[in-house]
Amino acid sequence: MAIHKKSIRAKAKLKGEITEVKALIKHPMESGFRKDKETGDLVPAHFIKELKCEHNDKVVMSAIWSGGISKNPYCAFRFKGAAKGDKVKISWEDNLGHTDTRDAKVK
Amino acid sequence: MTISRRNFIRNAVALGIGTIILPPALMADRAAFQTEEFDKALGFLFTDTPIVTSDKITLKAPDIAENGKVVEIEVKTDLPNVESITILSEKNPRPLVAQFNFKGKVRGWAKTRIKMGGTGNVIVVVKADGKLYKASRQIKVTIGGCGG
Repeated sequence: MAIHKKSIRAKAKLKGEITEVKALIKHPMESGFRKDKETGDLVPAHFIKELKCEHNDKVVMSAIWSGGISKNPYCAFRFKGAAKGDKVKISWEDNLGHTDTRDAKVK
Repeated sequence: MTISRRNFIRNAVALGIGTIILPPALMADRAAFQTEEFDKALGFLFTDTPIVTSDKITLKAPDIAENGKVVEIEVKTDLPNVESITILSEKNPRPLVAQFNFKGKVRGWAKTRIKMGGTGNVIVVVKADGKLYKASRQIKVTIGGCGG
């Protein structure tokens, strides 16, 4: 869906032998427990349920999330085995089936 | 090779079974994320595997979170061969917040921002070398971030 285009900002930085991947995603992350302030109705759940990170087409990290992750989620982790210039691919899927993907170069 | 009727049926059956067999693992995960009870969430995820409290896990988080909507959590561990890091918040409507699964060589480190329903413990479970370790920390929340 159009609203989720270019939702990911990602950086991958090599320090010694460890690569640190940081990702910031634009997403409402509605847990389904929040009430609309004006109407008092529950806001339907809309959150990222899976976040994946691939390095050289191999999954290095896959996360399962719930609506308990903050709005516009931030996530960082470290892995070994990447070289400068390698491509790291970050992708997510939410509970409504929307997806987005972004590539980052290891710097 | 021509596709015989027998082979076709066998493959079709195999495919069918494949799709039936796969889900239980996934289903357990989904159930864990849906559950509203803390102990059950752990049970769904790790069945009966004992979880040992470990001082090799560092859980960095604020002592007091003014806004429960955004609480930064940093998990660091020196344990070797980390397979997954799971974050739970006791007071959330659904305690299981996130599970990070790692493949290959990783550093036991993850950082993210979570919502907290109220003052309570944040528990981190690290799976390393097939064993489970945990660390917890109480965080005071001034304004809850789940619902309202």
